[in-house]
Amino acid sequence: MSTINHAKASEKFIQDEPRTDWHDETLWFVRQKRDKAAHQIPDWESLRDSASNIKDHTLSNLDAYLTQFEKKATQNNIKVHWAADAKEHNEIIYSIIRDNNIKKVVKSKSMLTEECHLNPYLLERGIDVVDTDLGERIVQFREEAPSHIVLPAIHLKKEDVSNTFHQHLGTEKGNYDPQYLTEAARNHLREKFVHSQLAITGVNFAIAETGAIVVCTNEGNADLGVHAADIHVACMGIEKIIPSTQHLAVFLRLLARSATGQPITTYSSHFNKPGTGKQMHIVLVDNGRTKQLANPDFKNSLKCIRCAACFNTCPVYRRSGGHSYHTAVAGPIGAILSPNLDREANADLPFASTLCGSCTNVCPVKIDIHQQLWKWRQTLMKEGYGGASKKLSMQAMAMVLSKPALYRFLGSAGRLTMRLFPWLLNNKKFNPWYKQRDMPAAPKQSFRDWYKNNKA
Amino acid sequence: MSSRETILKAISNNRSALIPLENADIAIASNSDNLLEKFTAVLTSIGGQVEVIESIDPVNDYLYKIAGKDNRIVNVFLGDVVGNTTEAGELENVFVACIAGGIAVAENGAVWVDESMMVNRMLPFICQHLVLVIKDGNLVANMHEAYGKIDTVATGYGVFIAGPSKTADIEQSLVIGAHGPRSLKVFIM
Amino acid sequence: MIVALFVPCYIDQFYPQVAVATMELLQKLGCTVEFPMNQTCCGQPMANAGFASFSSDCDKNFIKNFKGYDYIVAPSGSCVLHIKEHLHDANDEAVANKIRGSVFELTEFIADVLKIEHINASFSHKVGLHPGCHGQRGLHTSSMSELVAPAFSKPEKLLNMVKGLQLILPKRVDECCGFGGTFCVTEEAVSAKMGKDRVKEHEDNEVEYITSGDTSCLMHLEGILNRQQSKIKIIHIAEILNASLHVNN
Repeated sequence: MSTINHAKASEKFIQDEPRTDWHDETLWFVRQKRDKAAHQIPDWESLRDSASNIKDHTLSNLDAYLTQFEKKATQNNIKVHWAADAKEHNEIIYSIIRDNNIKKVVKSKSMLTEECHLNPYLLERGIDVVDTDLGERIVQFREEAPSHIVLPAIHLKKEDVSNTFHQHLGTEKGNYDPQYLTEAARNHLREKFVHSQLAITGVNFAIAETGAIVVCTNEGNADLGVHAADIHVACMGIEKIIPSTQHLAVFLRLLARSATGQPITTYSSHFNKPGTGKQMHIVLVDNGRTKQLANPDFKNSLKCIRCAACFNTCPVYRRSGGHSYHTAVAGPIGAILSPNLDREANADLPFASTLCGSCTNVCPVKIDIHQQLWKWRQTLMKEGYGGASKKLSMQAMAMVLSKPALYRFLGSAGRLTMRLFPWLLNNKKFNPWYKQRDMPAAPKQSFRDWYKNNKA
Repeated sequence: MSSRETILKAISNNRSALIPLENADIAIASNSDNLLEKFTAVLTSIGGQVEVIESIDPVNDYLYKIAGKDNRIVNVFLGDVVGNTTEAGELENVFVACIAGGIAVAENGAVWVDESMMVNRMLPFICQHLVLVIKDGNLVANMHEAYGKIDTVATGYGVFIAGPSKTADIEQSLVIGAHGPRSLKVFIM
Repeated sequence: MIVALFVPCYIDQFYPQVAVATMELLQKLGCTVEFPMNQTCCGQPMANAGFASFSSDCDKNFIKNFKGYDYIVAPSGSCVLHIKEHLHDANDEAVANKIRGSVFELTEFIADVLKIEHINASFSHKVGLHPGCHGQRGLHTSSMSELVAPAFSKPEKLLNMVKGLQLILPKRVDECCGFGGTFCVTEEAVSAKMGKDRVKEHEDNEVEYITSGDTSCLMHLEGILNRQQSKIKIIHIAEILNASLHVNN
């Protein structure tokens, strides 16, 4: 349940204008890196078509692919679990931890575990999970949520990271050098890897044909954790399935280029079987996905491969920051996924957009994000999340615009008022437009008046 | 009804009619000229090093040079026995590891290494510096060709490695050497 | 060629000169322009606010005014896009369909239907171009920076025909201005910040005018320019193309 509203939260964010500029420019730079990488692939747009088709097809045959995946994975000595919702996902992971007497758990990035609020659930039960991605560890120390699904600490400056590390790792106060700070994190976390008993990872792609999973990372922490630990638990949304290994070529060519402009992540790890003498578990999670699947307007949002290209291009996200979205997955894709999980808490999100359409253009799997934002607005208003006064004013507008004479009368009356009593609208308190913009001039004649007098 | 049944039933009820898979032959689009140059350029740009060699000697020279007098070298490429240890503690002090690589992809500088080549899954990640030795005949243009040639499930684990470990999580400043190896050198025979 | 002039409501009320310029321009380019007198609005403000379900009467009025025309032209990408995507009539979908196929934004009409290659206009000023998202990404009036595709631009092509005009693009060539309909007041802080950032790029280029195919963007940018007491003025593309245009084109 969230009481944060995007508009209010972003207003607060923007109050620090230089910082907003910095946040905006940093993420725009990532968008530009993506553009450069995409332009190096002449068949980029065909790749997008291909990825989109593979995902469309898979979603239309999802149950068959999931059962095929489960069969193959099980044959390979992997234990497959099914979780209907976040609560069950957390319970399953906790029971694996408890049944194996695990004390030390490491976790590499998984937005699904954020969605399910796994860390607080385990903490309540005495299990301290160490997030091992550098950015995730930083926000974990700060007790904040990640603000971006790929660059979790993008909202922080190196001074912030330095202060956090000074507090938790005893690094030199005032040393802001990223190299120094990363080295400190490396040494601190290396010890955690070496002694870890259970490693939790996400899943970028699950291959139905072979029962294998693929995890794409840059830092090496996911693999270090998994190979050092005795038990690997991989968490995945049911929509992460793709039919066969050859399809990975399409997605691996698109993913890192869309996310950060890299040709590929440093590690694309293919987990087929557990290591000798070790356990491997996969937790398949629904948590609202089958519900989204039922809706022809919104099911395409399930194609998402969590690259965050939409975040980086979104002029609203860049100027409001991920925390203004108050959900695990922020940005444009979050705005079309989250209302499915909780209407009330997330009704503001589809309105945090000008519908410019840039997100749809960068999406590697061609989700029609801006069109779904528009459709969510219709759904949410129909279901009553707009409030009574908004509904009334819209009904009034609809009436005026359908009655030409009334429209003309109100138009000229409005302009007359603006000319005679400008102070009515030139009021920062009552007219939000006027806070930072002057009102347009109010001409004596509308175009229709001019036409009638000159041409008709 | 178990969650498994609930979920599968919901999917079966809720999914759309079957959308066919289009067989787009975009796989063949990449140019196969100058694979070595392309691979070298890309891997260098992402922080890796590349050297073309005729014999194995430069590899050994490099390993000794980088390890210095006291640091531990594990050269599974030449048959060092590292065994099936699953104890991270036993490999924690490996300074440089040398492993054979398989297919290498020119478009993104990635090299495929599977369990049979690395022998121990931890080795390519826990070492401070990583060296891969590949054959120039194993260079392909793009990922489609790579997956056409690799049997990714021949062993229990395999990974495409493209450069040294890295992060830009602190204010987008690129730092080479995050949790995995601080450097990657690929020798091409 | 008979063209029905579709005048967006905010142009009718606040920027009538844009509609005058549009009409004059089309006439000079050889069209017979008719202005259906009882048009009001395309209904976009309600629809984008989530109340498309309230727009059936507004749609009916639009259809009543514009049915029967082969060409309906508006100096606005967003209004044209809205009609193209959302105009419906439960009782007569065929008519609505015809209208959706017959409505054009001004620059796309001039470039694609009239196929004009020369415009005898002159405007000796430094001008910054703001593409306007709905025209660009919705109607495809120009290529988009996100896509790997050949570059083209109908507005730029036309503006480059104008004598003396120095066209300068901002650094971020197609970033949204931040108007977004009711967004401009419901998310005032982000909207104004987006607008200020656009204005800054044009200020950095030291242009005298900012032009666009969409007056809604220009209205928002003008509000900021005036608040900042900037010397930069806004002007619609129609007004530039119509400037000092000789009758014998």
